[in-house]
Amino acid sequence: MVILIIEKEYKEAILNGNISLAESLASKAINDNLEINLVIDQFSEAIREAGDLFEEGEFFLPELMRSAEAMKAAMTILEPKIMENKEDRYLGKVVIGTIEGDIHDIGKTLVAAIMSAEGFEVFDLGADVPVDKFIDKAEEVGAQLICISALLTTTMVGQKRLIDNLKERKIRNKYKILIGGAPVSRKWVEEIGADGSAENAVSAVKLAKKLLE
Amino acid sequence: MRPIIKILEEDMKEKVVLEAMEILEEIGFFVENNEAVDILQNAGINVDTETQKAFIPRDLVKKSLKTAPQSISLYNREGDLVSELGGDNICFDPGSAALNVLDKETNEIRAAITKDFVDFTKVVDQLEHIHAQSTAITCSDVPEKISDRYRLLIALIYSKKPIVTGTFVKESFEVMKDMLVTVRGSEEELRRKPLAIFDACPSPPLKWSDLTCQSIIDCAKYGIPSEFVSMPMTGATAPVTILGSIVQHAAETLAGLVITQIVSPGAPVIWGGSPAAFDMRKGTMYLASVDTILMDLGYVEIGKYLNLPTHAYLGMSDAKILDSQAGFETGMGSLLAGIKGVNMISGAGMMNFESTQSIQKVVIDNEIAGMTYKFVKGITQRDEPIAKNLLKEFDKKTHLLSHDHTLKWFREELYLPSTVVDRSTNEEWINKGRKSTGQRTKERVEKLLSKYPGAALEKDDIENLIDIMKYEKIDFHKLLNL
Repeated sequence: MVILIIEKEYKEAILNGNISLAESLASKAINDNLEINLVIDQFSEAIREAGDLFEEGEFFLPELMRSAEAMKAAMTILEPKIMENKEDRYLGKVVIGTIEGDIHDIGKTLVAAIMSAEGFEVFDLGADVPVDKFIDKAEEVGAQLICISALLTTTMVGQKRLIDNLKERKIRNKYKILIGGAPVSRKWVEEIGADGSAENAVSAVKLAKKLLE
Repeated sequence: MRPIIKILEEDMKEKVVLEAMEILEEIGFFVENNEAVDILQNAGINVDTETQKAFIPRDLVKKSLKTAPQSISLYNREGDLVSELGGDNICFDPGSAALNVLDKETNEIRAAITKDFVDFTKVVDQLEHIHAQSTAITCSDVPEKISDRYRLLIALIYSKKPIVTGTFVKESFEVMKDMLVTVRGSEEELRRKPLAIFDACPSPPLKWSDLTCQSIIDCAKYGIPSEFVSMPMTGATAPVTILGSIVQHAAETLAGLVITQIVSPGAPVIWGGSPAAFDMRKGTMYLASVDTILMDLGYVEIGKYLNLPTHAYLGMSDAKILDSQAGFETGMGSLLAGIKGVNMISGAGMMNFESTQSIQKVVIDNEIAGMTYKFVKGITQRDEPIAKNLLKEFDKKTHLLSHDHTLKWFREELYLPSTVVDRSTNEEWINKGRKSTGQRTKERVEKLLSKYPGAALEKDDIENLIDIMKYEKIDFHKLLNL
């Protein structure tokens, strides 16, 4: 019965985007010495439900984003415990950013938030990021995935330059590359040799998971 | 503030009403109904028995205008208030009495049958922005003599919403009134909480037929709201000038108003209409034209000037398929009617010169109604200062998407459409199968039909209604699959 009530609280914290409740639940879990994996499972289930609600049209971007932020807040508190247990709960490491010349941020930030909430270790480089910086960061942290956003047709070529650059350095195959942004089409994905693109943040994360399986 | 639109100068409104009264006084209007003739004569009105023309002195018109109520409250089957028809309030209902439907499977126009109207009613019952039903579809699989009351039976069984209806034959009134009384509980309750409005259409120019006279007389006796639907056709059955047609509309409507107020002072009536711009090439009565819209808003302004509840046939299209004409005509008409504050806006779903209903279009039009409601709310100040404090926070943030302020207000500040409206990127749209409005709507219709919770009317009430409907050997249970 007690567990049931707590389960409900985890769900409430995430689905209502209640960041302080998510944080206090995470702190409480640590103080009470709860099985950390079970706690994370509870949070994960809630964030997946938020994704489902978004795809069904019940949730809108503000709610999805806020749920992801609540999830991230809880995970930040749980992180030392995860490290301590030497358990690798992360699905993979992702370097994400908006390409140089482009300051559009929202789409990328949303994908980063959902990825992080779903269990990826996300390195968000922000907007207007030079090609080299993407690659250097990915090499530094040992990422498996690079996500490049571009909202303008004029900056979209940066996505191609990044992939060409990886090829030149002969490290293209070390990474899966997802590209995103309003002008990105399937044809463009094929043309530049990326591994995919998705129509929204929730499906982007699904695709990322699939690529890293 | 609420957005506003003005069509006529104040002194022009006065002029229109004055001329309409002169017309009723000097030219008179044709009364086909004997009871109406008696009623008028008993009230001291001069009726020429040979020509059946009644001449109404303007003082009586003025007196009648004083007793007619300024607003009418409309209640659903459960007795909850749905809309206060008055002021600049708006309410949408589907266009009524279509003989045909646009088949959602074949995209062809064909004669309507029972299932079409049952499905239509079930769908409209679930549409969040169309607050009233209408007896929108006339079913060809029952005898013509009972087709008016049969529509009311279906609407009462399958929907909780109030209903805009009307009679096709005089005898039906009694039956339809009995059905309404059965659902409401008593005549007194029906008078207190109107559940249905009866449309009555005078024939242009200046004629009140036997049927329509009877309908407004009967309604007045029972306190059932009458909606006058005067239909001048520019250059054909009315002057070609829009203002001329508005004067004729006013004269016809005032004549009806006087009859009802003699029968029962205070009887609820609605200043409605469905005028049409006559198409000078095709000879068709074009109901969704920009001229019709102008004429509608003009006569509605007269109704508002006279402090009466208003109605117009607006927010529909004369297109034959769900194409861009269907969309732009409906969108223009609905939005303008909303801004004008037409109390009852009839037309959702309707196409093809008010002859064809579309279950898909009514779902699209529900979105247009939703957008109209949103628009007429106008712009509201929510914060003080308006934006400065939020913009300060941008020093720390890159976006406001998940900000408390965004979460608090986005559902009220922004219209959130259903899946009927496409807002995807081209890529997503292609991935989801390149669906047109029609295809997306068809899916929503199917979803709504599968979600329909079932007839909410008590079984006993359904049986009582069927008993009242009794006609020859028709098996209504079988027809309605009950």
